[in-house]
Amino acid sequence: MHALYMVLIDPFVQMVSAPDLFVQTIWEGLVAGVLYALIALGFVLIFKASGVFNFAQGMMVVFAGLTLIAFQDMGLPAIAALAASLAVMYLLALSIERVVLRPLVNQPDIILFMATFGITYILIGFGEMIFGGEPREVNTKAFFLPQGSFEIPILGGFVQIQKIDVAAAVIAALMIAALGFFFQKTRIGRALRAVADSHKAALSVGISLNQIWVIVWFAAGIVALVAGIMWGARSNVSFALQVVALKALPVLILGGFTSIPGAIIGGLIIGVGEKLGEFYWGPLMGGGIESWLAYFIALGFLLFRPQGLFGDKIIERI
Amino acid sequence: MKFRHFALSTAAAVLAGATALTAIPAQAQDQIYVPLLTYRTGPFANSGVPIADGMHDYLRMLNERDGGIGGAKIVIEECETGYDTKKGIECYESTKGKNPVVYNPYSTGITLQMIPKASADKIPVLSMAYGLSASAKGNTFPWIFNPPVTYWDGASAFIRHVAEQSGGFDKLKGKKIGLIHLDAPFGKEPIALLEALSKKYGFELKLYPVAASDMQNQGSVWLNIRRDRPDWIYNQGWGAMNPTAVKEAAKNNFPMDRLVGVWWAGGDDDARGGGDGAKGYKSLNFHAAGTDFPVIQDIQKHVVDKGLSKTPKDKVGENLYNRGVYNSMLIAEAIRNAQKISGKKAITAEDMRKGLESLNITDARLKEIGMAGFAAPMKLTCEDHNGHNKVYVAQWDGTKWVKGSEWMDPLKDEVMPLLESAANDYAKANNWPARTEACQKGS
Repeated sequence: MHALYMVLIDPFVQMVSAPDLFVQTIWEGLVAGVLYALIALGFVLIFKASGVFNFAQGMMVVFAGLTLIAFQDMGLPAIAALAASLAVMYLLALSIERVVLRPLVNQPDIILFMATFGITYILIGFGEMIFGGEPREVNTKAFFLPQGSFEIPILGGFVQIQKIDVAAAVIAALMIAALGFFFQKTRIGRALRAVADSHKAALSVGISLNQIWVIVWFAAGIVALVAGIMWGARSNVSFALQVVALKALPVLILGGFTSIPGAIIGGLIIGVGEKLGEFYWGPLMGGGIESWLAYFIALGFLLFRPQGLFGDKIIERI
Repeated sequence: MKFRHFALSTAAAVLAGATALTAIPAQAQDQIYVPLLTYRTGPFANSGVPIADGMHDYLRMLNERDGGIGGAKIVIEECETGYDTKKGIECYESTKGKNPVVYNPYSTGITLQMIPKASADKIPVLSMAYGLSASAKGNTFPWIFNPPVTYWDGASAFIRHVAEQSGGFDKLKGKKIGLIHLDAPFGKEPIALLEALSKKYGFELKLYPVAASDMQNQGSVWLNIRRDRPDWIYNQGWGAMNPTAVKEAAKNNFPMDRLVGVWWAGGDDDARGGGDGAKGYKSLNFHAAGTDFPVIQDIQKHVVDKGLSKTPKDKVGENLYNRGVYNSMLIAEAIRNAQKISGKKAITAEDMRKGLESLNITDARLKEIGMAGFAAPMKLTCEDHNGHNKVYVAQWDGTKWVKGSEWMDPLKDEVMPLLESAANDYAKANNWPARTEACQKGS
């Protein structure tokens, strides 16, 4: 009986008795969700255009972040370092298309998926060789990213807001708006959607698959760079960040692999769900449950919507 | 076809050459093979790199300056584990045929796996201030050494520090003490001791595990800390977890002088990562940081300045670099002892065990080897493979670690009976054989 009370009643009593902490937990969840969504966006972009699940996306976040910091360490001003990092990400996209994707055209998806494992480990090895294993700090001042926090008195307590978290939310929103515009309103965006629908049909109307792949991997590289900067500004950029990036997996399961709004909503649900779970129910299980809770939530959703929240329902004639 | 044949022949030749090269240590009469299991890659590399550099550079300095130890060159071979237990065991298996005299697993997970293997193979394991606390009992674990302090000693020294700062052990009653820890064997190691001490002194112990996948995503953990409001927190963290924990503590306005890390949470990068807010952060330590020691200056002169080290020059003397130096000093001193005991230049693993069991590093000896004031004296015996040495609390002043307390003893009266009981439990649970190795006279 006591156990049932602790699981079913006590967490809600806590939410009511300390509402400021409840609001703080929701806020932390939303911020984490936005950051997960940023990483998930990179996965979605590549999956939409090529049907490939890019396992290397997490490592691309780390690689992009470390590249930017390295350029800054070389004395380049922030804008130049940013431009140089974008150039590196473009070269990376070009190399991946030439060396990995092009030779594997028409191979089963699983082969391409395994190839992205290869890309991950090459990036890890190459990255550690160039940048070393130490965590690196993002120079937040150079990018005019705010530091510090402010407190909002609320419901008899306070909610502490980190300014960098607000900036992350704004930048993520801008990023999403820009991607939405790109996909819906530009010629290349429409071509990307055509490729996503059918490679053969797209080829038949003269869309270059190779060009589209370079563009989409470069777009994923840009998203990775932004995600690297934002995650790095919150803690630091280290190779451990690639593990955090795998949190995008439940986000994708939940939101669907092809939907940009799905990545956002999925990210927010996972972020808030895991924080609430860890904060209110975690102590009952010895803590540390958020590492698997996100997958639990995603799998729970799958029972009711196997295609994810925004994925297309596929009906095939047999 | 011709190309294929050529490629296969070349590969075979390279393999044969490599085998011949790596077999050298086993054959040479004036060489001692010391494998170093290190991790310069992976999520924990930020902690692993400076330690690996310190360990390597001290042994290399002995080779360069003195021609080795007692006339025998040290053959140093690093094996990359990535702090991954599976890879660590692969390193062990791939190097144990080369007559290693000692293993340094540099991971509690790897140490736990290596304890039965190395004991059966009769090769000493030096898990310096990490690993299984109970392996301090030499009567049960003749091949395992974990000087100069166990994790239980460390946690008890932290409680002593809290008591001293609070006005006595009786003031611990009713206090709330948190343990934020990596959710892995290393992080969980002090829990048993802290639970025992919480019962004895009446403080409430709160646990805050951090999964390896969430080392840089500790928001929920620090929300729990904000709710529980612990009076003090002990940080048993490693790798990327530490700078994030320090940063989060600062962000959440947790008093930094009440956040105390185990010695592995005391890297310069750990504190530096917290920015200005990290000032006041504390960490236990058992050796000094800095370059004001003849031994460090010799390393700079004979190794770093000659380009024989992988370390950046400005990292020499940092806390974790000096930790690696201390580790290798223990190896070197044990080799010297073993050479004296056996009368041989190229000692065996069995000789090394005897050398470790008779380690007696006095203040005078520390001075002789250029380490006066670097660490407290230590002595191991056949029964005691740890020493349960003194530690001190180091404090981050914003740019470097400074001494924040006097040297203090762990709560040995509390730790020793628990160690005895844990060693017995381990022996029972694992059907552990009784010690058959004779003790040296005086050890």
